[in-house]
Amino acid sequence: MRKLLSSKWTKVVVFLLCLVPLGALAWRAFHGGLGANPVEFVQHATGDWILRFLVFTLAITPLRKLLHLPELIRFRRMLGLFAFFYVCLHFLTYIGPDQSFDLSAMWKDVAKRRYITVGFAAFALLIPLAITSTAGWIRRLGGKRWQQLHRTIYVAAVLGVIHYYWLVKSDVRKPLFYGVLVAILLLWRLGDWFFKRRSQAPVRITAPGVSVNG
Amino acid sequence: MLIRKAPELTNADITPKSVYLDRRKFLQAMGIIGATAAAGKGLLELAFPTQSAFAATKLTGLAKSPFSTTEKQNTFEDVTHYNNFYEFGTDKGDPAKNSKNFNTSSWSVSVEGEVKKPRRFTMDEILKIAPLEERIYRHRCVEAWSIVVPWIGFSFSNLINLVEPTPKAQFVAFQSYFDHGQMPQAKYAGIDFPYVEGLRMDEAMNPLALLCVGMYDETLPNQDGAPVRMVLPWKYGFKSIKSLVKIKFQQKMPPTTWNLSAPSEYGFYSNVNPNVDHPRWTQSKERRLGEIFKRPTLMFNGYGDQVASLYTGMNLKKNY
Repeated sequence: MRKLLSSKWTKVVVFLLCLVPLGALAWRAFHGGLGANPVEFVQHATGDWILRFLVFTLAITPLRKLLHLPELIRFRRMLGLFAFFYVCLHFLTYIGPDQSFDLSAMWKDVAKRRYITVGFAAFALLIPLAITSTAGWIRRLGGKRWQQLHRTIYVAAVLGVIHYYWLVKSDVRKPLFYGVLVAILLLWRLGDWFFKRRSQAPVRITAPGVSVNG
Repeated sequence: MLIRKAPELTNADITPKSVYLDRRKFLQAMGIIGATAAAGKGLLELAFPTQSAFAATKLTGLAKSPFSTTEKQNTFEDVTHYNNFYEFGTDKGDPAKNSKNFNTSSWSVSVEGEVKKPRRFTMDEILKIAPLEERIYRHRCVEAWSIVVPWIGFSFSNLINLVEPTPKAQFVAFQSYFDHGQMPQAKYAGIDFPYVEGLRMDEAMNPLALLCVGMYDETLPNQDGAPVRMVLPWKYGFKSIKSLVKIKFQQKMPPTTWNLSAPSEYGFYSNVNPNVDHPRWTQSKERRLGEIFKRPTLMFNGYGDQVASLYTGMNLKKNY
């Protein structure tokens, strides 16, 4: 398993798998499979995949530790960047078909409708994370500061779930499902942090170099 | 035996309506449907995949209506596969899938309350109340999408006149059919059933208010509110109650489903109004199905000439 996870081919396969949702949309687009409201279909599909990729990204650290598979970390940046990639597509369908590329109308909409406000905020929070996702930026910021910055994904994921919850009219099953997943992944971190603090409290370890911790 | 799953159909693959209807009739005549249903419902669908498996009847001799728009109509496919009918599920494609076996035979509509002649109408009786007209209306959903549909029916006022409301009748309350057994998806909808709606008496008397029994030259498909529904083109779509079983005339304003669910979002009147925004959907624009960019929404959905006088002196921001 660990050998498989370290193989460079696994990374290629995961990369291609992450493109499947886009491929499925493209296939549907060319085969009349987007239904009566294609714009809405793409908005919902990309929205779903954003939340899924955020959940995948947030699941890496807990799985890595629980399963003792440190190699999983190799996939975290890619999954996070794919979340951002689908965020960009999602945003394009909003600024384009919904707002006709009218920026002033868009800002009014962002200010007015609360589900758009939180959705846009989540998008804005993810931009610096995507920019600083490179090894160069980890070096420039220093491991600790980089890590603190990248904890913003917790906020973005919560805002993303709220965005979905506020969007639906009355059937809240799907947003609640994502909400529960995000809550589990964040609560695990809280538990992990609490447990570590208690067990490490008496001894202060100052490790040199970059610590990768999620 | 090799059983392969039927490939997903595209628009181009759909069996022409006349062909599959003929096949249905043929199978019905052979008594195969009952036998197949008993042997396993899935087999028929596997052997003859159809997108719409309802038994529609042609409606003929339809009068044209001056209320009809000349705008481009949406396709039958769109109007039957993009539905809000929460009793059958909350996704737009759910009603088409989950209402296939909805039993609308031996349907009747009870008309009661403040009327001199309360009675129960069978579907045959409803179809004879007035000559059927084709009315091509714009239909605007509160979710900011719209369609153009050739409905079939007659002005609801025809029914009102038959039952002779008393002077106490100030409002009309409507109720949809509801049955857990036939609508198991309803428990996830997040709203209470049966679905209820209402109109003020003068709104109900307005000739635009349509008692609708069909569309596209045939009886209503289940997912579009079979066998009889209201169509109120100047109001958001959720006012146009589907699968109607009860009409009650009364003195006080009746409760309405979406208003009960979220009073700050859905009012009693719910007239299409581009100047009053819904918290979730900008109402100034709408997406006509089949188009990419949005178009401006018209006051009263463009039916101001017929209905604006109903609301003179009313603050429509307050009475949303």
